[in-house]
Amino acid sequence: MKNEALFNYLLRLGDDSLILGQRLAEWCGHGPILEEDIAMTNISLDLIGQAMSLLDYAGTIEGEGRDCDKLGLLRYEKEYVNVLLVEQPNGDFGDTMMRQFLFDAFRKPLYERLLNSSDKQLAAIADKSLKETRYHLKHSSEWVIRLGDGTEESHERVQNSLNTLWRYTDELFYTDAVETELTASGILPDLSGIRAEWESTVKSVFAEATLEIPTNNWKFEGGRKGRHSEHFGHLLSELQYMQRAYPNLQW
Amino acid sequence: MVTKEQVYNWLEEVSDPEIPVLSVIDLGVVRDAQLIEGEWLITITPTYSGCPAMKTMEEDILSKLKEKGIDSAHVELVLAPAWSTDWLSENGRIKLREYGIAPPEHEVDKSVLFAEPTVVPCPKCHSRNTRMVSQFGSTACKALYQCNDCQEPYDYFKCLK
Repeated sequence: MKNEALFNYLLRLGDDSLILGQRLAEWCGHGPILEEDIAMTNISLDLIGQAMSLLDYAGTIEGEGRDCDKLGLLRYEKEYVNVLLVEQPNGDFGDTMMRQFLFDAFRKPLYERLLNSSDKQLAAIADKSLKETRYHLKHSSEWVIRLGDGTEESHERVQNSLNTLWRYTDELFYTDAVETELTASGILPDLSGIRAEWESTVKSVFAEATLEIPTNNWKFEGGRKGRHSEHFGHLLSELQYMQRAYPNLQW
Repeated sequence: MVTKEQVYNWLEEVSDPEIPVLSVIDLGVVRDAQLIEGEWLITITPTYSGCPAMKTMEEDILSKLKEKGIDSAHVELVLAPAWSTDWLSENGRIKLREYGIAPPEHEVDKSVLFAEPTVVPCPKCHSRNTRMVSQFGSTACKALYQCNDCQEPYDYFKCLK
C-alpha cells in the first residue's frame, strides 16, 4: 500500500459519513412531517455521496481493487472506524437533530481545513462536501434552537438528547499516529483549532436554544479502534443485507 | 474533423434526467471535451456528492455521441473545481423559470447562521411575496417554496456556493 495512514484516515472520514447517512435513511417514510422526511433523506444522500468519494479514494490508495461498495458494504464490524456518535440510534426527531448538529458543527471546520491538504483529491472532496455541510449545519442548528427554545416538553426532551449524546462528542477529536503521520508528511494541515471552533459553535447555538451543556464529563470512545456500541451490529445487518444475501448484486 | 464546439452542440441535446428542460451544458456539469489519441474524453462534475443522476448523465452522453457517429469516447467524473450554481448558464436560468422552477438567487454565504431565507420570486406570477416551505425539496439541488399571492407551490433551484 502506498500510504497506509492516508488509507486509514479516509476510512475514518468515509465511515463517519456512511454510517450517519445510513442512520438518516432509516427516517425515510417515518419523518414527523413530509418536509423533514425529505430533508433527512436529502442529507443522507449527500453524506452517502461523500462516503462514496472518500471510500473510492481509500480503495485507490489501498490498491487492492476495493471500491466504495466493497469497502462500504463488505467489511466486518471491527473493521469500521466511525465515531460512536454517528451510529447511535435515531431516537426521536430531537435526538436525530441533536446528533446531526453535533456532527455538522465538527465537520464544517474540518472540511474547511482539509481544503488546504497537499493531497489534491482529498482537498477536492472537502471542497465539494463543505458546500453541502454548511447547508446541513444551518438546518440542524435551526432545529436545535427551535426545539430547545420551543415548548416546555420540546425543551426537556431535546435537553435529554443533549445529555445523552454529549458523552460521544469527545471522540470527534480523537487523534493517534494516523493523524500525526499525515500532518508530518504535509497531507493534513494543522487541525488543532477545530475543537475551539466546534465549542464556540455549539455554545452559541445552545445559548440561543436555552440548553445547558451537561457537566457530566464521562466520555465514550472506541469507534476509531473498531470497538462499537451494541447498536452497530444491527445497523450493519441492514446496511449489508443485500450484498451478503446476493453477493456481487448490481442494479 | 469533429470540433469541441460540435461536441458541445451535440451535448446540448442531452438533458438532465431530473430536470429535463435543462441540458447538461445549461446545467454546467460538462467541464471539458478533449480529443486524446483518437478518443473523446468528456469531463463532468457532480452538482451534489450523492446526485443519483450522474450515472444516467454519463450513459446519456455516451449514447448521444454514439448516435452522432463517435464510438470512441469516455466520461470522467472530477470533483475539482467544485460545481456551484454560478455555472448554470443564462439560458439555463431562463429555461428553469419558464419550466416553473425558480433559478438560484445570489444568496448570502451559507456559513452565516440564522440568516433570513432568500426572497425567491414566484416563477408563475413573479410576486416577491413568497415563503420558504422547506430547505430541502424534491431533489438534492432544490428547496421548496410557496407564493403567498397566487399560492403556487414551486421548487427553487437552491444556491450552492
